[in-house]
Amino acid sequence: MTTTHTNPALTAPRTTPRTAPARGPAASRARRKRVLHWIAVHSIAIAVALLFVLPFVFVFLTSVMSDDQAMSGDLWPDSWHWENYRTVFRTEGFLDWWKNSLLYAGLGTLFTVCSAIPAAYALAKFRFRGRRTAMILVISTMMLPPQVVVIPMYLVWAQQFHLSGTLWPLIIPMAFGDAYSIFLLRQFLLTIPKEYIESAKVDGCGELRTLLRIVVPMAKPGIAAIALFQFFYCWNDYFGPQIYAAQNPASWTLSYGLESFKSAHMVNWNLTMAATLLVMAPVCLVFFFAQKAFVEGVTLTGVKG
Amino acid sequence: MALTLSRPARRRLRTLGFLSPWLIGFSVFFAYPLLATVYFSFMHYNQIKEPAFVGLRNWKYVFQDMPLFGPALWNTLWLVVVMVALRVVFGLSLGLLVTKIKSGVGLFRTAFYLPYLAPPVAATVAFVFLLNPGTGPVNEILSKVGIDGPNWFNDPTWAKQSLVLLSLWGIGDLMVIFMAALLDVPTEQYEAAELDGAGAWAKFRYVTWPSITPIVMFAVVTGVVQTMQYYTQALVAGKLASGVSIGPGSVIQPGYPDHSTLTVPQLVYSMGFQNFNTGAACVLSLVLFAIAMAVTMLLMRKRSGLLAAED
Repeated sequence: MTTTHTNPALTAPRTTPRTAPARGPAASRARRKRVLHWIAVHSIAIAVALLFVLPFVFVFLTSVMSDDQAMSGDLWPDSWHWENYRTVFRTEGFLDWWKNSLLYAGLGTLFTVCSAIPAAYALAKFRFRGRRTAMILVISTMMLPPQVVVIPMYLVWAQQFHLSGTLWPLIIPMAFGDAYSIFLLRQFLLTIPKEYIESAKVDGCGELRTLLRIVVPMAKPGIAAIALFQFFYCWNDYFGPQIYAAQNPASWTLSYGLESFKSAHMVNWNLTMAATLLVMAPVCLVFFFAQKAFVEGVTLTGVKG
Repeated sequence: MALTLSRPARRRLRTLGFLSPWLIGFSVFFAYPLLATVYFSFMHYNQIKEPAFVGLRNWKYVFQDMPLFGPALWNTLWLVVVMVALRVVFGLSLGLLVTKIKSGVGLFRTAFYLPYLAPPVAATVAFVFLLNPGTGPVNEILSKVGIDGPNWFNDPTWAKQSLVLLSLWGIGDLMVIFMAALLDVPTEQYEAAELDGAGAWAKFRYVTWPSITPIVMFAVVTGVVQTMQYYTQALVAGKLASGVSIGPGSVIQPGYPDHSTLTVPQLVYSMGFQNFNTGAACVLSLVLFAIAMAVTMLLMRKRSGLLAAED
């Protein structure tokens, strides 16, 4: 699998200083040193990469073992039981969990993107009093453990709106801005030169038109990054569905249901590993198609200011 | 432009309009529940009968009499220190390694990054299987080279270490952040250091390190805040390793084995949603909040780039 190089910061020329080519024994010594260095670095890299990949390999190999062999500690399957995957899909509820995960992640992402764009734009490009305070509030929200506010929120959703047992208490708030996405997108919008926005206004564009016609198209990579992060956040979320959907198995998501799947198939590690891979699969698939937006997003959180 | 400038009120209205979804969200889903948490921390409330004011009794209960608070706080702080330190050290090492790779960078980067994407529940289920004493491949391999593997998630002295192992597997995000920071170090400084005869270590110490300290700081602080929230992996690992054959929502002794994987967020959940002791759960939430807030303040004080580029 080859990676497409994307973020200029990540594909910048190597930082090793290039010295002028020299001749003689000193030069050949230097060349030998470079070759040894190359071998050393790549050996370490291969060893470490193997450590990172092996868990996936073992999970996969176990997922195609027979029921008995999966409990034996064997590393290689005697015979390949691809039907394990069919069994997983036929398990009661599994397809519903897929639907729920897609609903939660899909709508959640859509809502987040729509609500983050105007807020991020205002925080990045408008000058107003209290802007710094607003940013501090955004960052505080971002840093807040979800457990801090979960109890009163649960009481409101359960007692006032009678929505416990559904995923709506998780989806609806996303229409009102997600701090992490706002922060990330704002950092991205800061990099768009003021001149573009000003010239649009000179041409008679209103604020909303400027946002939709000029800023949004230019901010596509940033928007893609927050959309992906939000999608994965929802897809991976365990705590939220546990709070709101636990009582009602029809509302479980894949991430939440997987654990009960294991409990129901006490001894069937092969089926559990097949289900585990099926939960991971969409994430890996999306990653291969959208590596660029991902890496940019991660970098943006940590490095760019 | 001139028109808007001459009408500050209109500009203010425009700003308000753009920010209003977030402002509503902030008040309803952040400010309100935070105040309510403080309110409930002074109430006796079992989510059925009306809340009744009990003063500081919940606070006293949590800090003096709650048997699990000590272990939960200790585990959380242990994880914060060990996990964050190791994650930063390994993340930086991996970042350095990736910047040194000359061929096949993309392939290696993907291999290092992919585990980070694995859904936490799936990754945890996989690790409980891999480290399963007796039938797991890891101990199987260890026994082939003559090592008697530990009981991992089933041994109270190894359970937290197993969680650390799991979190180190998903270190891809830090690797990318450090990699970008390392590639941003000005090349001329390395050249100058080389002319001065600096070796590899001296170059790292006097050129690389000073220019990446803000990122290291950022990684430490966000790592601390994330680990304060550590929940899913600890819960799922404890439940699965205990071998209880009941689904989610079941009431089991949290933090298997011997409370060694019980964290403060887990205690919030079990107090609030299993014991229906809303008051105590809210006190625990506020303890988490206080620590996370203190760390966040530090983050914004230090020049870690979060509030940089204001203008």
